[in-house]
Parts: sequence; C-alpha cells; structure tokens
Amino acid sequence: MSAATTNQAGAPRSTRRAPWPGRAGHGFVAAYLLLLIAFGVVPTVYAVYFAFTDGDGGFSGLSNFATAARDFRYLPAIGHVALYLVFWLAALVIFVVGLSLLLHRLSARGVSRALRFLYYIPGALAGAASVMVWLFLLDPTVSPASFLLRALGYDTFGQVIAPGHLPILFTLIAFWTGAGGWIVVMYGALNNIPHDLIEAARIDGAGAWQTARRIQIPLLRKWIVYMVILAFAGGTQLFVEPQLLSQASVGVAGRDYSLNQLSYDFAFQNNDVNTAAAISVELLVVGLVVAALFVARSGFFDAD
Amino acid sequence: MNAKLRAEGASRTGAGRRAGLLAVGSALALATIAACSSGTGGSSSGTQNGFKPAAQTGGTLTVWVDSTRLAAAQLYQKQNPNVKMNIVTYDGDANGSNYLQTKVSLFNRTRGGWPDVVFSSQNNETSWAVQAGFTAPLNKGLIPDSTLAGWATGANAPCTVNGTLYCLRNDLSQTVLWYNSKLMKQWGYQVPTTWEQYQALGEKVATEHPGYLVGDAGDTFAPEIYLWAGKCGANQITGPKAVTVNTTSAACTKMATLLDALIKNKTISLSSVFSSDFDKNDASKVLMLPGPAWYGGALFQGTFKTPAGQIGVAPMPQWSGDTAPSVGNVGGGTWLLSAHSANLKAATAFLTWVTTSDDYQGKVAPGYPAYAAAAKTWLAGQAASGYYVGDIAGPLQAAANQVWPGWGYGQFSQEAIWAATVTPGLNAGKSIVSLLPAWQSAIVNYARSDGYQVTTS
Repeated sequence: MSAATTNQAGAPRSTRRAPWPGRAGHGFVAAYLLLLIAFGVVPTVYAVYFAFTDGDGGFSGLSNFATAARDFRYLPAIGHVALYLVFWLAALVIFVVGLSLLLHRLSARGVSRALRFLYYIPGALAGAASVMVWLFLLDPTVSPASFLLRALGYDTFGQVIAPGHLPILFTLIAFWTGAGGWIVVMYGALNNIPHDLIEAARIDGAGAWQTARRIQIPLLRKWIVYMVILAFAGGTQLFVEPQLLSQASVGVAGRDYSLNQLSYDFAFQNNDVNTAAAISVELLVVGLVVAALFVARSGFFDAD
Repeated sequence: MNAKLRAEGASRTGAGRRAGLLAVGSALALATIAACSSGTGGSSSGTQNGFKPAAQTGGTLTVWVDSTRLAAAQLYQKQNPNVKMNIVTYDGDANGSNYLQTKVSLFNRTRGGWPDVVFSSQNNETSWAVQAGFTAPLNKGLIPDSTLAGWATGANAPCTVNGTLYCLRNDLSQTVLWYNSKLMKQWGYQVPTTWEQYQALGEKVATEHPGYLVGDAGDTFAPEIYLWAGKCGANQITGPKAVTVNTTSAACTKMATLLDALIKNKTISLSSVFSSDFDKNDASKVLMLPGPAWYGGALFQGTFKTPAGQIGVAPMPQWSGDTAPSVGNVGGGTWLLSAHSANLKAATAFLTWVTTSDDYQGKVAPGYPAYAAAAKTWLAGQAASGYYVGDIAGPLQAAANQVWPGWGYGQFSQEAIWAATVTPGLNAGKSIVSLLPAWQSAIVNYARSDGYQVTTS
C-alpha cells in the first residue's frame, strides 16, 4: 500500500527534475524489486512447486488440492472468509469513501489535518500489536468500552466472541487497523481533482451531495477499484485476527477459521507442507482472477 | 542471498534485467528446494544411546521453558554459573497451541536452531516429536535406569513409545477436590465424598449462598477434570495411531448431566479460572473446586491470593456404588531432550537436575513432582508451609494412583477441541449433554485429519 503511494507520488517529480530521466526512479524501484523477488516471487514459485509435488518431491498432480478440499475444515473456512469479505469490503468502500469526502470538505476548517493524523495512527501500529489492543477492548472485564458491551448484553469475553459475531469483529479490527491508510490515500486522490471542476459544479448549483455523487466519486473510481483489489487479496488471506483471537480465547474462537489458518495447520500440525502450499496457491489464483476482473471491467490502466 | 541478487541485478540493464532477475529468482528457488531436500549426510559418528547424535561441539545450552518453569532454569544457572545457558520463555504449548511443533517443523526444514532441552505443559508431545526425529531416547544410555526407576508408577507412560522413553514427566496433575475449609465449617457443610452429595451440596449452596461456587467448567481442560474422572471414554488411545471415541456413553451423560444442573444454578462457573473475569468476580467465592494438584500453588496461593489457613484438599468425589475410584488429570508437563543437541552432556545434566532435584522439584515447583523422592520433599514442604488446612499429602498421594487409564494422549489436542466445539455452545446457553454428539464428531474429525484410525463405540 505504502509502496504504491510513493510510486505514484514519485513518478511525476522525477520526469520533471532529473537530468537523466528515470535514473532515480529505477533506483527506487530496483530496491523494491529485490525485496519483491526475495519475499514475493521466490516464495510464490516455491509454493507452486510444493503444491504440485508430494512429500518426496515427485509430481503429484492435483492430489494436494484434493486433500485440502476433502478436509472437514475446508468448506467452513471458505464460508467464513466469504462472509468476512462481504462485511469487510462493504465497510471499507462505504466508510473510507465517506470519511475521506467528509475530510475533504472539512479541509478549509483545519480540523482535517488533525483527523487525518488520528485516522492514520492505528495503521502505524504493527498488525499484531493493533489486534492485541482489540483483545482488551472486547473483554468486558477490562475493556474501556465495557459499558457499551454490557449495554449490548455481553457480560463475558466468551459471549462477545460467540461464533456468529466473528465476521463483524474481524471487520471492526481490520477496519480500525487498515482503513486509516486508505482514507489518507483517498484524501490525496480527492485533492488531485481540479479545483475548477468543483468550482464549476458549485456555480451550476450542485450541493455537497451532488458534487460527491456526480463528480468526486466517479473521479475516484480507479482508486476505489485499486483499494478493493488489494483489500480483497488481503481479506482472503485473513490470518492474524483469528489466530490471535484464538490464542487469547484459548482456542474458543477463531481456530481453523480462515483458509490461511487451515494452511498453517496443514503445514505445522499435520506436517503436510504440500497441501498447505496447495491452499495458498488457490488463494493466489482467486486473488489474481478477481484483480483481473476488476482491472478489465473498470478500465484501470486506461490513460486519463 | 540479497548480496548475490544485487550484484547480478546491477550488471544488467534495460529489458534484459527483468529476465535476469527472474532467472536468478527461479535459480534461487531451485537452490533452496535442493538445499531442503538434500542434506541427509550428517556427522559420521555412529549410533550411540539409541540414536545418532550430532557432532558434540558444546557451546551454549539452549533451554525453552514456560513462564512458570523459568524459575527452574534460572535456579540451575545460579547453581551452575559455568554452564553457558540461553533461557528462552515461550507459551509452553499451553492449551494445545502447537507452538513447539510449529517451530520444530521449521527447524527440521532449516536444519538448525533446535533448543537442547524443552519444557512442555502438554503430555502428548511424543505423538509428533518422535516421528519428527526431535526427541532423543532417554532410556538407551543417556539416563541410567536407576534414576528412571525413581519416577512415580506410570508417570512416564505418556513419554513412552514402543518401550522407548522419549521425555520425562515434570509433575503429576491428578485431580482432587479443593475446598475452602473455613467456609465449609462456618456454614456447617460436609465435604462431599460422592458425586451425588456434591450435586446436592451445589444445589444447597445455590439457594443458601448464591454467588458461591462449587466448581468451574470454563477452562479448556474442564473435560479432563470431570469427564475423565467420570470414566467418559472420549479419548481412548488404543494404539500409536488408533483411538476409540464415545462421548455419549452412560458415564459421559451422567457426569454431563450433573455439570449441566450446577451450571444452570450458577454454582459451576463458565469463566476460565485464569480469566480476568474469574479473578475479579469469583476468586473470593470458591467454596469447592475440583481440579488438578497444581491448583493449590498456582491458583489459590499464586493467582487468587487466598489467605493461608483456608484451603484444604479432599479426595475427588466418586459415584456412589462405584468400587473403583477414578480421578482425572490435567496436563502435568514433560521435558524433552533434543536429539540434535550438540551439547548432550550438559543437556542431560540439566534435564536430570530439573526433573529430580529436591532444590527445584522438591522445594520450588508449584506442582506435585512426578519424581517420587522429590514428591516426598514437596509434600513435606507444603505441610510445613502452614498454607493448607489438614492433611494434603494423603489425598494427593492416593489420587496419584487413581488416574483413570482409559484417557490417553493423542496428537490432536482434546483441550483445543473442547474449546472450539463445546465452550461456544456453553456460552450460548446450551447444555453439555446436548453438545456431546457435536463434541464426538469434532474429536473424530480432528483424529482422522491427524491420520488416526477412529472407532466410535
């Protein structure tokens, strides 16, 4: 996410200033590329190799995929992740766009800067640390928001983390940790909309709502698509939230909840790295297909 | 790895670079795969002590312990300042977290990094650790038989695979009935000896002293306290990869019905005894608490800070008419020695000390030592401390020989299964009896996914 923002911001500057166009840009990208290869491409290739081989390294066709699909935790995990994605993507699109539009309107009043910082703080915490904060928030005995939990009728941690609540809880946690960054990105995108366009709309009598609906949101479309692609990929890989919750609740909630956890279980409990790799390859394929669909349907790479 | 990549990348330009980097990337991937799949050629030294040890290069002794056993490692370091120790704390695999298995599986892949000696709060580690080649056999020369004979009868059974001993039991965790003697006397109650009396007393407490507890079923090990003691055959490990599961037998239903009645009248709590909720609301309202031997030190004295002179120990209640008394068991912990240790001598010395010494097991350890001589010192120490009311040695010693042998230690964690299938239902107000079938199918599923042959009757 952050890498993408720097790229976007860095590109136009280098074309304007550098004596050898692209030199600095390539330098920056090269460093990223090294990390991408070491921690992205190589592990992916490694996983694909594992997914199609057996424990002794012989080609095994689709048998690892079949093993995964036959496991009793497989279908429930898909259901969990799908439900979570519905909540998470809806919350992300609605609230991130809404909040950034609000921020943008507030900009004249100076509150915006403080709010932007506030939104971004949770994102600055490392992923696991911010989930830990929630483990306290959700326990009525120690939570600063315990009055809210009790008002909703939950007196114990066990009641709060009932299985039916999990998609909403994970969405809350993920939104709290992840949305701040996106709000800042969207805010930046809103600033890129030429001022005279907004001005013209206002002269034509458009109110805040009409400006947002007819001008700002359509111009934000590519950013929203970009956000949905990344959030979808991130969401299908749900892991930290259920895993930590599972540890905090000593296994009551969140064990074997997501596909990534199932993959983790296969690798480390059943000592079956090949089936674990098969699941992660499936996640990769789903992420790629959905990204391709969104890119194709939205004209993501069309020049403005 | 990075340096190599950088050098390769820098020497190329333009479109060729991408291809070059990709080539390097895939070469690297292949190299890694090759490195992982080969590497069987180890040290040339032959087999001794029943396994093939690594080259004994000595160096730092790495010890993994949970926070409770940290005191043991620190005490050893203090007594033996010459031994270079690296003490690492981890979760002790509590509640079936599988941390140790995860790490060992990664170490096996990277061929390095194993700790020399590990404490685990679980008794089922040998079910995977032997297969993973992690644990060293202990009764093939490393530890003399005369020492091993000092353990309580059957204490090391969870550590024995086909006659070979792969770990040492830290403590016994036989269950007993802990009770608050002061309150019992004050209210004129008799300590129950049968489950029928226990239930009757629970119902009395519910009306006479609401808010007070006669038990707790909110922990992942609740089935090990009640259903194990009640001879419920949920976990009958019949072979290295075979298990018989029957959670709907009369024995299971009977105990579950009792629990349901007392959960309903709120004399059995559904909060974990370690939760902030229990500590805040229930810790001072414990009249009775069936639980393992370590409840005394770890819970009443350590966590609840119950004042001295209140807590007593009675034998676990039995069903009236049952002539074969049975108790459950909650963990007890095991110590494992790494077969990869480059420091076997120092590791074995530590392992022997930590499991048998009076200095630690007899005088410091919070739980009932599995090593008989240390247990004697421990009981004497507990009696001398003046913390408990009456004789605690008798009930604890008797219970040590009454652990029902029909409950075993499989690779799948019974605690984790109970937590994931039964606890959410209990929190939602369902009864244990109604959850027994779901519990059974979960055990069957997890056992099968670990490659067990499952029988269900």
